[in-house]
Amino acid sequence: MAQIFNKSANNIAKISMVMVVVLAGGAFYFYTQIARSSYLTGRYLEKQQPVQFSHKHHVGDDGIDCRYCHQTVETTASAGMPPTQTCMNCHSQLWADSPYLEPVRASYRDNKPIEWERVHDLPEYAYFNHSIHVAKGVGCSTCHGQIDNMPAVYQENTLQMEWCINCHKNPEQFIRPKSEIYNMQWQDGDINAAERAKLKTDYKIRSREMMTSCSTCHR
Amino acid sequence: MQDLEKLQKKMRPAMVEGDHSLGSVSDKIGDVTLKKRTPFFWFVGFGIAFMIAQCLLMTTTWLLAKGVGIWGNNQPIGWAFPIINFVWWIGIGHAGTLISAILLLLNQKWRTSINRFAEAMTLFAVACAGMFPLLHTGRPWLAVYWLFPIPNTMGIWPQFRSPLIWDVFAVSTYATVSLLFWYVGLIPDFATLRDRAKSKYFRFVYAALCWGWRGSARHWHRYEIAYLILAGLSTPLVLSVHSIVSLDFSVSQVPGWHATIFPPYFVAGAIFAGFAMVLILCIPLRILYNMKDLITETHLIYMGKVMLATGLIVVYGYAMEAFFAWYSASPTELFMIRNRIWEGPYWMFYWMLIFCNGISIQFLWFKRFRESPFWLFVISIIVSIGMWLERFVIIITSLSRDFLPSSWGMFSPTVFDITMFLGTIGFFFSLIFLFVRFVPIISIFEVRTLLPEANVHGHQQDFEENVVEIEETYDRTDPPNS
Repeated sequence: MAQIFNKSANNIAKISMVMVVVLAGGAFYFYTQIARSSYLTGRYLEKQQPVQFSHKHHVGDDGIDCRYCHQTVETTASAGMPPTQTCMNCHSQLWADSPYLEPVRASYRDNKPIEWERVHDLPEYAYFNHSIHVAKGVGCSTCHGQIDNMPAVYQENTLQMEWCINCHKNPEQFIRPKSEIYNMQWQDGDINAAERAKLKTDYKIRSREMMTSCSTCHR
Repeated sequence: MQDLEKLQKKMRPAMVEGDHSLGSVSDKIGDVTLKKRTPFFWFVGFGIAFMIAQCLLMTTTWLLAKGVGIWGNNQPIGWAFPIINFVWWIGIGHAGTLISAILLLLNQKWRTSINRFAEAMTLFAVACAGMFPLLHTGRPWLAVYWLFPIPNTMGIWPQFRSPLIWDVFAVSTYATVSLLFWYVGLIPDFATLRDRAKSKYFRFVYAALCWGWRGSARHWHRYEIAYLILAGLSTPLVLSVHSIVSLDFSVSQVPGWHATIFPPYFVAGAIFAGFAMVLILCIPLRILYNMKDLITETHLIYMGKVMLATGLIVVYGYAMEAFFAWYSASPTELFMIRNRIWEGPYWMFYWMLIFCNGISIQFLWFKRFRESPFWLFVISIIVSIGMWLERFVIIITSLSRDFLPSSWGMFSPTVFDITMFLGTIGFFFSLIFLFVRFVPIISIFEVRTLLPEANVHGHQQDFEENVVEIEETYDRTDPPNS
């Protein structure tokens, strides 16, 4: 009886065995990368704001402290968005006629808050509190990046759970002294591991089990 | 001469009856797939099964649209029909693996003509079983990271200390190894079909399926090694899979679940249910396809005996559950068993269970029932129902009356619980009908090894030894000349 398959079928069979593994592995890798891409997380994407407000100018050039505007960062869950009055503290005198600032003056005149576009949007099922993070030595730039270099603020990190939990598992790798919380230039290597371990004890950061328990963040 | 008859009785009965040669076996089994017209009963059977399978499709669609709320499970009975059906189906699969692997390693010749469809039954039963936990999650496409340790953007893993995750591994390993075992066993038969197929299309399909098998000595050598390795791999699975399924219950502290007897008791129950299902399938099959010479009554009797033995282990398990409850002196355990047997709302199911699994099999002690395919069929159906009831009793009575009277509740299934279960039965039988039509239902080449022609050398010796033994017996007792 004649052969049903030509001899090349042997090679096709062998190649397809290898290719199944390669393609399945490739597809899986592709999927893991898509899931973490800025297309899905919004990371690094600048948002158009109603006012051309530059953190680079206000923080980097002028040296205004974070807490001047985000007043409640040390005391409440939300860091707090400044009322228009805070802007007008300076801008009633400085650049008071600038057309760029017209939306701010309009807001002040009409007593209507500026509607900023939210950049860091955590899902509602995650309980997040700014004050506890600040109190335990997590600096602004650890999560938000070097805001003093951002003309328009973008999301520095993915805000995915693996990113949160990475720090909750090993907080001692990311904390810094209280005095450096608002230091935008701070690097994790600025103090050594022993100092960070001591900080963890001093801050009374809870055990790993407690820090990674479901109900710590999902209440 | 009486002694000769006695000795002949002691010898194993032939596993192939009738006047078969190597060629006639291939003809007989291969023709079901290749030559004969598809019989009328096949269309009727497949049609009915496929219609019932539509229940599954519709229920699943509605389930994905509405969520698991369409089922009757709710607190305190969060595990109801889905887990009952899961355990039931997974248990049924076990006979296939036992027949194909353990009986192979134990060199039991009678596995040969039933292993193929018992393995197919295993695969289809595992497919049905797998659907329940998956759909019980409500959103199966999200459940992947609950079930498998895949790197995900949440940086979390499944709970490795939970038997539920062991279950995922046990069942998926089991499905994979069973599929490989079944397929490797099919390769020489697919080659036979390829050589015999007349239609070009079928020849192409079977040629692709048999991976260029030519039946050379080297092929057979590798085949034998691969088959033995797979048998060795599946053997522990017969024990491990249902042990782990039982740990889903016994690792928890719910009264009536928290017992050390669970793993062996579940494994025995699984083999018990599995053999019942094999009998349910093969008794009609051997009549409809006229395979009585290949699936002989001896096969049925052996399966009946296995069913009796495993059934008795299961009954021992029931007795031990009651004993443990008493011996533990724990009030909740004692309450559980009283509640289960006569005080609780589900007491009737317990006694139905005892009838189905405990009393019905006692008939198998008697030759009259064991040797009658009709009674074996009836008892098998009763046992299948009984094994479903067993899971119902374990799950529902324990969850409905746990430690806190304030959290007691009742369970009743909704119509979707029932259509889902019915649907998987339809799905199972649809697959069985397709299998019967397109795949050789009995292993052609293995049955050929049972024929006298195949044993010209090795087993001739056995035969001679037997003759010597018979002659020696004569010498001792009653010389043939006298």
